[in-house]
Amino acid sequence: MSPVAKLQRVEGRGCVLRGDDIDTDRIIPARYLRCVTFDGLGEHAFEDDRRQAKGDHPLDDERFLGAGILIVGENFGCGSSREHAPQSLLRAGYRAFVGGSFAEIFAGNCTALGAPCVTLPPAELAALMESVELDPGQELVLDLEARTLTSRAGTVAVSLPEGTRSQLLEGTWDATGVLLEAGDAIEATAARLPYVSA
Amino acid sequence: MSPSPDSPSPRQGDARNLLDRVWDLHTVRELPNGQTQLLIGTHLIHEVTSPQAFQMLRERGLGVRFPQRTFATVDHIIPTDSQLRPLSDSLAEEMMRALEANCREFGITLFDPTSGHQGIVHVIGPELGITQPGTTIACGDSHTSTHGAFGAIAFGIGTSQVRDVLATQCMAIARPAVRRIDVTNKLGGGVYAKDVILAIIRQLGVKGGVGFAYEYGGAVIEGMTLEERMTVCNMSIEGGARVGYVNPDETTFEYLRGRDHAPQGEAFDAAVAGWREIASGPGSRYDDRVELDGRDIQPTVTWGINPGQSVGVNEPIPRPAEARDEERASLEEALAFMELAPGEPVAGTKVDVAFIGSCTNGRISDLREAARVARTGKVAPGVRALVVPGSQAVARQALDEGLDEVFRSAGFEWREPGCSMCLAMNPDKLVGRELCASSSNRNFKGRQGSPTGRTLLMSPAMVAAAALKGSVTDVREVL
Repeated sequence: MSPVAKLQRVEGRGCVLRGDDIDTDRIIPARYLRCVTFDGLGEHAFEDDRRQAKGDHPLDDERFLGAGILIVGENFGCGSSREHAPQSLLRAGYRAFVGGSFAEIFAGNCTALGAPCVTLPPAELAALMESVELDPGQELVLDLEARTLTSRAGTVAVSLPEGTRSQLLEGTWDATGVLLEAGDAIEATAARLPYVSA
Repeated sequence: MSPSPDSPSPRQGDARNLLDRVWDLHTVRELPNGQTQLLIGTHLIHEVTSPQAFQMLRERGLGVRFPQRTFATVDHIIPTDSQLRPLSDSLAEEMMRALEANCREFGITLFDPTSGHQGIVHVIGPELGITQPGTTIACGDSHTSTHGAFGAIAFGIGTSQVRDVLATQCMAIARPAVRRIDVTNKLGGGVYAKDVILAIIRQLGVKGGVGFAYEYGGAVIEGMTLEERMTVCNMSIEGGARVGYVNPDETTFEYLRGRDHAPQGEAFDAAVAGWREIASGPGSRYDDRVELDGRDIQPTVTWGINPGQSVGVNEPIPRPAEARDEERASLEEALAFMELAPGEPVAGTKVDVAFIGSCTNGRISDLREAARVARTGKVAPGVRALVVPGSQAVARQALDEGLDEVFRSAGFEWREPGCSMCLAMNPDKLVGRELCASSSNRNFKGRQGSPTGRTLLMSPAMVAAAALKGSVTDVREVL
C-alpha cells in the first residue's frame, strides 16, 4: 500500500485565476491525454489559454511564480472527468484550490490525490482575490482542522464536504485501502445482486 | 406485476426514490466519514483513463476483484478513417496496446474493432444489454450518466477511482440529493431530445446540478424511446449533475429483451419484476422539483462556450447589457471568443464544419433523423460534413438501411465508429477558427481540437440542416 499522508494545513502563496466555468479541456487540452502515464503533464496546464493570452495569464505572471494555492471562480473544473486536469495542476505546483464552487468530479479527483478544494462565499472570495493580487508575496494558510483560510485580508471560514475533510485529515483520501478493509462484505453485497453474482 | 393505479401500492409508506433504492441495495457499509462504500456492479473502461489505474494496481500488488464485471472498449483515440493496425498515430497505438495488454493480464473482456462490438463506451454498453435498470455503473468518463436512461445509477469517475473500482469493485462516495425534473405535455415537430436537455441546462445552469442527481420524468420523457432518454441523461453532467436517470418502464424492458448481456428467458421475466420494484413511485420524496413545458421547447443552439449558453434557433443571441451582473463577464468572454453578434438571431450563422456523431447523438435513431434531412439536398459548398456512427452495430444497421449511401450522395463523409470530433483526441479536428455545427455535448474553447475552433451544439437533424444550407437553419423549414 502506498503511504498516505494526513493533511491538516496547506501553506503557500496564492495565484489568482479569475473566471467562472473554467472546464477541464482548458486546464489540460485533450491532445495531452494521448499518454499512458501522467508524467510531464505539469508543463501543459492551461497551455492553449496561456498561448492565446500571449504571456498575460496568471500562470505566467512572475508575481505568482512558485504559488501553491490556486484561487479560482465558480464551477471550476467542469466538464470531462479526466484526472489529467488535477494531475497537471499538482505537477505545476498547486497543492490546494480555493474557489467559489467546484465541479463534482474535479473535486473528487483532487481529493483522491490529497489536494483539497475549498469554497468561499462571493464577498470573501472577491476580497481574497484582491488581497492576493495586490500582495502576491503573502503566505496563505489553509487550515482544514479549523476550516479557515488566513490571508492579509483576515481569517475567513471555508467550506468543504465533511466526508472529504475527514478523508484529508485522517489520511484516508487514497480510498483503496479503506475499501479493501470491507473484506468479504463486498462479496456478500455482490451476492445479493443477481446481475453481479450470476 | 405492477400494481394497478387503483390498488394501494405494495410500497405505500416507502418514500424512497429510485436512487435511494439502488443506493441501499449496493451499500457495502457506511464509512465513518459519512460516505458510503458503494458496490459498483458494472465497470466500463476505455483506453484514455485506465492505463494509469492498471499501473497503480501493479505498483501495489493488487488484482482486479471482479474481472467479469469490467468491460472495455476503445473509442476516444481511434481514427475514424482507417482503423488498420498499427494505428498511424504512434501514441494512439501505444494506448491501444496498453489496453489490450491490461485486459489480457487481468482477464477483462475487450470489445475491440475485431469483435464487431466496438464503439463509444456509452453506445455499446446499452446496445449489448450490459446497461440494466437498478444497477450501479462507473466509468472513467463524465458522460457515464448516459446509462441512467435505463434507471441505472451511473456516473463518471477519475483514474484514481478507476483504480479503486478495479481493486475493490467499490467506491467511497457521498449520496447525492435528487432533483425531479418533469417535462410535461409534448414536443413540437422538429424538436428533439437534444433540445430538451439543452433547454433544461439553459434553465438550471451549468452548475445548477452540482450535488444533485437528476431524475427526469413527465409525459415528454415517458414518451421518449430509450435512445432519446440516453441523449437527455448523457448531458446531465453538462448541467453539473454527475448522475441523471429515468425510471425504467415497458419501453426500457422491451429495449433490453433479447440483448446479448441481458438476462434471457425466465431470468428476464424475473429481472423485470425486480426492475419494476426499484422505480420511484407517486409517494417518492425529492430534494427539489422543477417543471418545464415541452410545448415551450424550441430547436436549440448554443452560441457560447458552455452548454448552458444557448437560445432557440430563432431567438437573438443575448446582449451583455441585458445580462445579470454575475453573468456579464462570462457572456462577454463567450461572445469575444465566438465572434457572434449579440442581438442577432443564431439562425443564419455560417458554418464551416458539420459533425454528426458522439455518445450524445451517434445512435441509429440520430442517424435516421439526420438522414431524413440529408435526403432533401446536398452539403453546401465549402462545408466539411462528417457522419460518425457511435458503434460498429450502429454502422451495420445504418448500412442495412442504406443510410450511409444517403449521407454519401448528399456530400457527407461516412466514417468508422469512434468519438471522433467530439473531443479531437484522434485525427478528426477543427482547423483554426472554423465554426462547427455539432451534435456532440461540449462547446468549450478548443474542445474540437483547434484551440481557437468554435462549436455550436444542436440536434443531429439541425446539424444536417446546417450542413445543407451552409448556416444555422431551423430544421422545421427543411422537414
